[in-house]
Amino acid sequence: MPTGKKKRKKSLRGMDNSLLEEAVGIADNRGRVVVVVEDCVETSGAFVLHHFLKRSLHPDSSDVVVFIAFAHPFSHYDRILRKMGCNLTVQRKNQRFLFLDMLTLECPDRNEREAREDGLLALYGEIEKAVEIYSSLEGSRTITIMIDDVSLMEVAANGSSNHVLDFLHYCYSLKEKYGCSFVTLNHEDIYSSANTLPLILQPEYLADVIIKAEPLATGLASDVHGQLTVLNKGSACDLGGSSSKVRNFHFRVKENNVDYFYPGTRT
Amino acid sequence: MAETICRALRDGAMEGEHAPALTIKDTINTPLGSFVFNHMLTQLTSNILAGKSQSRGIVLVALSRPPSFYAEVLKNKGFDVSSSSKWLRVLDCYSDPLGWKNKLIESGTIRNPYEETVLKTSLCKNLKELDEVLSSIVELGKEIVEEGKGRFAVAIDSVSEILRHSSLPSVARILSHLRSHDQVSCIFCLLHVDLHEAKVASTLEYLSTMHADVEPIVQRTNEQRSTSEDLPMMEQCFKRGKFHVRFKRRNGRVRVMREELYVEGSGIKFTEVSSVDGLTAQSLVPKVQFNLELSEKERLDRAKVVLPFEHQGTGKPIQIYDGRKSLNESETEEKQASVEKPQTTEDSGRGEIIYFRDSDDEMPDSDEDPDDDLDI
Repeated sequence: MPTGKKKRKKSLRGMDNSLLEEAVGIADNRGRVVVVVEDCVETSGAFVLHHFLKRSLHPDSSDVVVFIAFAHPFSHYDRILRKMGCNLTVQRKNQRFLFLDMLTLECPDRNEREAREDGLLALYGEIEKAVEIYSSLEGSRTITIMIDDVSLMEVAANGSSNHVLDFLHYCYSLKEKYGCSFVTLNHEDIYSSANTLPLILQPEYLADVIIKAEPLATGLASDVHGQLTVLNKGSACDLGGSSSKVRNFHFRVKENNVDYFYPGTRT
Repeated sequence: MAETICRALRDGAMEGEHAPALTIKDTINTPLGSFVFNHMLTQLTSNILAGKSQSRGIVLVALSRPPSFYAEVLKNKGFDVSSSSKWLRVLDCYSDPLGWKNKLIESGTIRNPYEETVLKTSLCKNLKELDEVLSSIVELGKEIVEEGKGRFAVAIDSVSEILRHSSLPSVARILSHLRSHDQVSCIFCLLHVDLHEAKVASTLEYLSTMHADVEPIVQRTNEQRSTSEDLPMMEQCFKRGKFHVRFKRRNGRVRVMREELYVEGSGIKFTEVSSVDGLTAQSLVPKVQFNLELSEKERLDRAKVVLPFEHQGTGKPIQIYDGRKSLNESETEEKQASVEKPQTTEDSGRGEIIYFRDSDDEMPDSDEDPDDDLDI
């Protein structure tokens, strides 16, 4: 549907976050994108996740989101997205938003390694089943899988980062067959030792876009809440091509949207 | 030099020696290792198809990328993928390395999760059993070559994935087993160094005859992973890198070579090391709002500027006083003296300082201490 696409593009441009959209650069190249969002204690990157959520659930598209929440209950996201002009409850009824509440997921600690694996295996089964059903429906749609966040998944898996990486590997393998996209949130500053570092590095190797939320190097400011660095590997991580680019800009999180601007363009 | 590697892989194992092995290493700062891997794969493929290489075919162990990705890589390089079953087998350890999908199918949760590809693949459903993996690699290799004779190459992408499921000793055992197998022509594998401890990289280096490091063009001084400071540098790191290769000869001699690689269009290019070329130099200069460069006209104008302390000359030869009378000066002065002689006799009351230099050896206005030879 070319008209729908055009309309969607136009409305995206009107959303006043074109800087992020442009840096990520996936507006045209829909689907099959792996986005890794990394934040730190000083600067939360949750708003980037909300941005992608709103973008996928835009009324002009028919894209579907599978949201795996380890961090917050449904009501939390519902409240935030409602202020941004997107009603999650309605989307959930319309079968466009699948919310998997994993707050209670506990892979039992009774020594068994299998139990941990089973917990994640069951979760993966649920995701793949949903993806299979969605992709068998009529019409073309991108299925985006979001995880908030990976570090809490590690907690649920009793600190076994290998199991989490296995789970992520299986999720990524859905990309080829079903053309899914991925957005995951992780905290960069909690991984320092050699044992845990792979959990942040491995997804970076496989990602197409890495978004880092950091505080300003010059300290706190009242009207700038932090900076985003967007590393877009372009097609570089796939089939060659040197279209990789790096962008850096500041942001200000407001009540119902986020302002993105280049350093020094706001007083 | 990348050519030297390709030649070594092409020539394969010598009689009575283990097969040559190449380890390609990279880090997250310059994640270009997979480009080098694909380059080696396509080069070896074209050698095989031209009948130049010792090996008859390749067994590709796909762990971090799906088989369809490699089908696309080969297709982009102009190889006929549909007839690839003659020279390529893929051991698919990507789609279902732990057998999860298999379990889900058995429990009826999902139906058919596997992706179809044009390449001839064989599915590995339990990566933890490395012995099974080994025997399936050898089996696939034997499918390509005729029974009894001929050799095949093994490509592993990447060892880092295997190491997540198995211990280092068992991986090392598999690799050395493959190297000593009498039907293996050569092995090359990819390793993301920063995912592992230091000993992993060195163990693999012992097991290989060549190692290729992909390093950043400029090493960062601080080891912090802070990103916002050198954006142009980071952008360069995704496109260019140093390619540092060590060859181990049979007699133990090590040859080290360096090249630069950059990502371009459909693949990578290797170039001689240039100390500082324009692009890097420009990217190293911090981005400032002032113009630090001069145009040709500005350069000429600058050359014309007369500095205030410079002897202007204005047509006459430039004379710089060095404490001595120069030749032509003394001539004119002598003439003057002969003319002015009567005057000086008249004016005898006037004082004057007469200075005789000790010798011509002494440099005029020399910096050395005149009292140097005083013995007090």
